Amino acid sequence: MFRKKECVAMLLAGGQGSRLYTLTETMAKPAVQFGGKYRIIDFPLSNCVNSGIDTVGVLTQYQPLVLNEYIGNGAAWDLDKSSGGVHVLPPYQAKRGSDWYKGTANAIYQNINFIKRYSPKVVLILSGDHIYKMNYAKMIREHLKNNADCTIAALKVPMDQASRFGILNTKDDNKIIEFEEKPANPKSDKASMGIYVFSTDVLLEYLTMDEKDPTSSNDFGKNIIPKMLADGKTMFAYDFEGYWKDVGTISSLWEANMDLLGKKPVFNLFDRSWRIYYRHNAEPPQRINAGAQVDNSLITEGCDISGTVINSVISNGVVVEKDAVVKDSVLMSGVVVKSGANVSYAIIDHDTTIGKDSVVGNKQVGNKSPIVLGADLVVPDGSNLSGSIIVDDENLDEYLEKGAKR
Amino acid sequence: MNTLATGLIFSNIHDSTLHDLTRVRSTAAIPFGCRYRLIDFALSNMVNSGIYDVNIITHNNYHSLMDHIGSGKDWDLARRSGGVRFLPPFITAYANSENNLYNTRLEALMSVNYSIASFNSKYVVLSDCDVVCNIDLREVLNQHIDSGADVTFVVKKIKPNPEMAKHNAFIDSDENGNVTNFTYKPLNYTKESDVFLNICVFNRNYLQEIVEDAISHHYWSLTRDIYMKDLRRKNYKIFRYTDHVAEICSFDDYFKVSMGLIENKSFFNQLFNNQDRPVYTKVRNSAPTYYSKNSYVKDSLIADGCVIEGSVENSILFRGVKVGKDTVVMNSILFQDTFTGENVTLQYVVSDKDVVIRDGVSISGHTTMPVYIEKGRML
Repeated sequence: MFRKKECVAMLLAGGQGSRLYTLTETMAKPAVQFGGKYRIIDFPLSNCVNSGIDTVGVLTQYQPLVLNEYIGNGAAWDLDKSSGGVHVLPPYQAKRGSDWYKGTANAIYQNINFIKRYSPKVVLILSGDHIYKMNYAKMIREHLKNNADCTIAALKVPMDQASRFGILNTKDDNKIIEFEEKPANPKSDKASMGIYVFSTDVLLEYLTMDEKDPTSSNDFGKNIIPKMLADGKTMFAYDFEGYWKDVGTISSLWEANMDLLGKKPVFNLFDRSWRIYYRHNAEPPQRINAGAQVDNSLITEGCDISGTVINSVISNGVVVEKDAVVKDSVLMSGVVVKSGANVSYAIIDHDTTIGKDSVVGNKQVGNKSPIVLGADLVVPDGSNLSGSIIVDDENLDEYLEKGAKR
Repeated sequence: MNTLATGLIFSNIHDSTLHDLTRVRSTAAIPFGCRYRLIDFALSNMVNSGIYDVNIITHNNYHSLMDHIGSGKDWDLARRSGGVRFLPPFITAYANSENNLYNTRLEALMSVNYSIASFNSKYVVLSDCDVVCNIDLREVLNQHIDSGADVTFVVKKIKPNPEMAKHNAFIDSDENGNVTNFTYKPLNYTKESDVFLNICVFNRNYLQEIVEDAISHHYWSLTRDIYMKDLRRKNYKIFRYTDHVAEICSFDDYFKVSMGLIENKSFFNQLFNNQDRPVYTKVRNSAPTYYSKNSYVKDSLIADGCVIEGSVENSILFRGVKVGKDTVVMNSILFQDTFTGENVTLQYVVSDKDVVIRDGVSISGHTTMPVYIEKGRML
């Protein structure tokens, strides 16, 4: 039968990520490429493995193909286990009714049977849209030591930004006394990171209760947590120190990529003691040809660089031809920048080709977000695309016309 | 699972010709081309041709090879049936007081006779690890089956130099591809002819017959005692390979072939950029390579996980190499995790794994004689 596990992790990966626009047109947000050779989901998955958690349920719903394919049997993260391992959990039809995942809590509720088979002491709830390195084992230890019903990871944020987060008001010993979702006048700078450790029986009790409540929107932040607090459950905050970034918007995705650059990057991928695992495709080494100039950039396997690359993150299989310039940009796998083209302050999705002498994007001004080009586009030679726009296969022609007029 | 062919790889045969690089490893485990080991080509060729049952014959120093292969997962060779299997030398307890291991291929085959007898495929593909190419072995197998041959030798028409000829076997054949003669390691041989690429397909029954014969008659050379004798009696055919191939029979070759990956883009593309036949290797999960603000890189092949702050020209950098500030690396090959401090100059250097080169050190070899720095040295 199933071996008992100390902890089962449930990774919420069903979100559409609508604020990433065309980048999530054919894939769920956790499957979006990040940092040259990763996808966003690699970070929570690698954190699990590095924390000794070997049983992970990945809850998918929106555009699951790429994500399912990517996770496969989990071998890339050493999660191909005879007991436990990684399991993709889509919504399903049941004898009595069937439903999409209505909210984060409902998604877990529908998979209570998955949790039950391992009879874990605690359940770890994660979301698949954050970039960070965290040892969950420490948090779980803290949770057990405190004899808590629920522990919420908290990050100190600048007070002036606190009103954008779910804020945890705590006593000196970190016991939570109040939870406020996006408060106008925050009383604390401890923001919830959306990472929860629950004692299993308490979680199951509250999920079942929540499900019976027709007025609930079946969400952890909105329903489960406030209800538990109101009932006087023992809830603690767990202070996390380090890099954590929600990459839910175009700007934050771009920023997070830029945080990987520099001699001493804000977020370090080179740490061999906390490796980030990814699914590998056998590509040849990168080729830097004569005439290339590469400054402050990350470049990976399969690339062929003959032009100039400055302050950029370049994914696998990208070609930058002679006299092309790529600056302050994120290029995803298989992008081709033809000779003489100029790309700046842009995110370009996979397998898009930028034609000769084209100009894509312009300098970063203020806090305007970068230009985004969707996947599999062919931008004709000599085109001009600029501004904080989202270009996909439907509006490409329209934007090209405008660009030409400008 | 029944497979058509079983693979058999000789991992050590060329150790003696590559002495520096094989001091701590077998030929099969020699690092090559930024992130590969020589055996990756033989293994990938087999896997890409549907051969998922691969045996590796080892001799000595195979720790690093075993470490590289692991379970075989990275080549899709961790299989319930078949997969990758090591065949270390088989010595009966107390039977061999001198601890003599094999020297030739035939002796190696004799020592793993029991394993060969257990192969259940009809054909066996034999390969050494000294040849770097991306070959579709299905074509060879198909020709072998259609022609009804007992052995099919993969050859490539070249004009050898005398130095290279000394290490190779040349095969003469008639217009129908029937083998007519073998010339084994000739001296002063320069005529254009078919060089044997040390890749061949055997009928399994015949291979077993040979090995049993050799055991009873104390034969030791595959070429002299078997091929030459059986030439008229058996059906030997050639398969002429026409794409790029590079043979590594000396340290010199190693350096030249490696540099060829940079200069000869079509060789590089044929080897690595074939979508249907990628070259697999051990995955290390390195981060992408970071190029700092004042780095300068030209005509180089670079693996992931490197940090480059200095200048790199016409060089090959393996995974995790650090090139310090104001350091110049030219015409060099730096193996995994080589660390160079600041103000270092390296020219025509091959540094083995984990070499550390301190600030300000300058080392220069010559194009005909690159300096080799052994594994783990600190200079």
